[in-house]
Amino acid sequence: MNKAKEKNNVPKIKGRSYWADSLRQLRKHKLAMYSLGIIVVYILVVMFIYLANWTKIDVPFLDWNQQVGKEYERPNKQNILGTDFLGRSVLRKTIYGARVSLTVAFWASIISMSIGVPLGAAAGYFRGFIDDIVVWLYTTLSSIPYILLILAFALVLRGKTLSLHWLGLGTISLSGISTVYLAIGLTSWVGICRLIRGEVMKHKERDYILAAQSYGCGSSRIIFRHLIPNVFHLIIISFSLQFVGFIQAEVILSFLGLGEKNSPSWGAMIDAARLDLPKGYWWEMTAATAAIFIISLALNIFGDALRDSLDPKLKVQ
Amino acid sequence: MIAYIIRRLLYTIPIIFGVLLVTFILFNVVSGDVSDQIAGKAASAETIKEIRAEYGWDKPLFLSWDSQFINHLKNCLTFQFGRSWSDRELIITKIAQGALPSLSLTVPMFIGEVAISISLALIVAFFRGTIIDIMSVFICVVLMSVPFLSFILFGQYFLAFKWGLFPVYFWPDLPLPQYVALPVLIGIIAGLGGNLRFYRTVMLDELRNDYVRTAFAKGLSSRSVLFRHVLKNAMIPIITQVILAIPFLFLGSLLLERFFGIPGLGYLMIDAIGARDFQVINAMTFIGAILFVVFNLITDICYSIVDPRVSFE
Repeated sequence: MNKAKEKNNVPKIKGRSYWADSLRQLRKHKLAMYSLGIIVVYILVVMFIYLANWTKIDVPFLDWNQQVGKEYERPNKQNILGTDFLGRSVLRKTIYGARVSLTVAFWASIISMSIGVPLGAAAGYFRGFIDDIVVWLYTTLSSIPYILLILAFALVLRGKTLSLHWLGLGTISLSGISTVYLAIGLTSWVGICRLIRGEVMKHKERDYILAAQSYGCGSSRIIFRHLIPNVFHLIIISFSLQFVGFIQAEVILSFLGLGEKNSPSWGAMIDAARLDLPKGYWWEMTAATAAIFIISLALNIFGDALRDSLDPKLKVQ
Repeated sequence: MIAYIIRRLLYTIPIIFGVLLVTFILFNVVSGDVSDQIAGKAASAETIKEIRAEYGWDKPLFLSWDSQFINHLKNCLTFQFGRSWSDRELIITKIAQGALPSLSLTVPMFIGEVAISISLALIVAFFRGTIIDIMSVFICVVLMSVPFLSFILFGQYFLAFKWGLFPVYFWPDLPLPQYVALPVLIGIIAGLGGNLRFYRTVMLDELRNDYVRTAFAKGLSSRSVLFRHVLKNAMIPIITQVILAIPFLFLGSLLLERFFGIPGLGYLMIDAIGARDFQVINAMTFIGAILFVVFNLITDICYSIVDPRVSFE
């Protein structure tokens, strides 16, 4: 009797789920929240550019090709970041450049995830022959130096048309931006694939998978409904950390002339400013650098905070 | 032990075959026949035919004893990559000529990088948890966020062009240390953030082990624990990292060589990209992959000697 009463007096502790707990931890991290704010601003800008292009609304601010002053004007009140060799506003070009960078990084992430995650999960779950093939595939790709591989893909895919009739999508002609994200995406799924394979191999031995198997779940259901949600934090972490790398890769590809040609990108701006810098025209270069630097810093800080809050291994300590 | 090495050697065969398959698909199947591009706009049908015969594009892709794929395998495995499109020079001699300038840039850069970042990582690990640690991690993240191109451009502009501390551009008459000094310096600074953070993580992972606690418990000072115990044990991941980075040294640094006009392999590659010279890229890809596979093999064998837990079964 006494014991039962005591039991009732114990205050009920409300449990928090793994995700809620991680989110709470992340929210406490002030710097990460500011970084998230910066990332959101960049994304909103890009979405606004797409929206304006799509609805054909003429926003004067987005008209990057317009001549707004004399050539090579220093930063002044009218043109805050100065003008380039055709008298175009550097500020507008910088803002517009976010479109190429973020689009490339986004699609490259999507492509690399959608190749790496299913392959890694299948290899880790089925083992045997499938595992051998997947491991062979990624060992092969990872033995080729990364920068060479990206360059080779970008060079070869340029100007090609991709037939997607078997998906019912028609043909896509690859030019500029789509070449870049295909090249980056097709070459950088190795890391996530290896990670997911290892984690799935560990999870496969656990009881909940045995339970699912004894209920008679099919393999694809086990992989997509049980295994992948349990390794999903790894996907998010590598998504956020890879994103910076993709932005920087796009800059280098654009700089080498393998990127988008018809609209401004940060890499192309740096390429243009390469010859201007010795003449003392520093503003275009500085603007592009600052734009890349701010988003990379925000992504790095946010990605680290995300990893700290999501990784169960780091949580225990 | 010998059985292990032989098995490990056999394991590299499918990898090399895979690399050859990837390069074949990229440069022969996807890129296809580019003879009209090599010949130029005003070429006659005969010239195009000759070029097609030289590069073997008139042969079937796979199913024949004289197919393009078999020839690709033969040529790559005997290192006969043919001639460059632009100046008709043998690709393999071009690569051989470029290797030395590339190495003279990347080797000092690499050694400096490893030495500086490991010693800084030890210092940071020594001050772990303090404001010095937090600040240095933050500086690393800041350094990692600056685009590599900006390091090169601003470094070249300020240090060489404006202040005249270094020569701006490669000049064959200058002594070697003088003209590689600035690119080496820029390379080290640009890579410092990522490397320092990596080595710091390695050191801190090592600090969590039980033997460190034991060493502290028996009254050793922080310094002797770090330098006599932790550094020795942290050498294993560090050496793995270092050996696997060596094959990439041969490829040179693409962007640094371009900006400072160093006639190495990176420069060769940029030229090839500009001229869409697939054969050069193909050769570089294959050689890079072979080097990586060889050094991977060396690492594994070293590992099996050092670490008794690696079994030879």
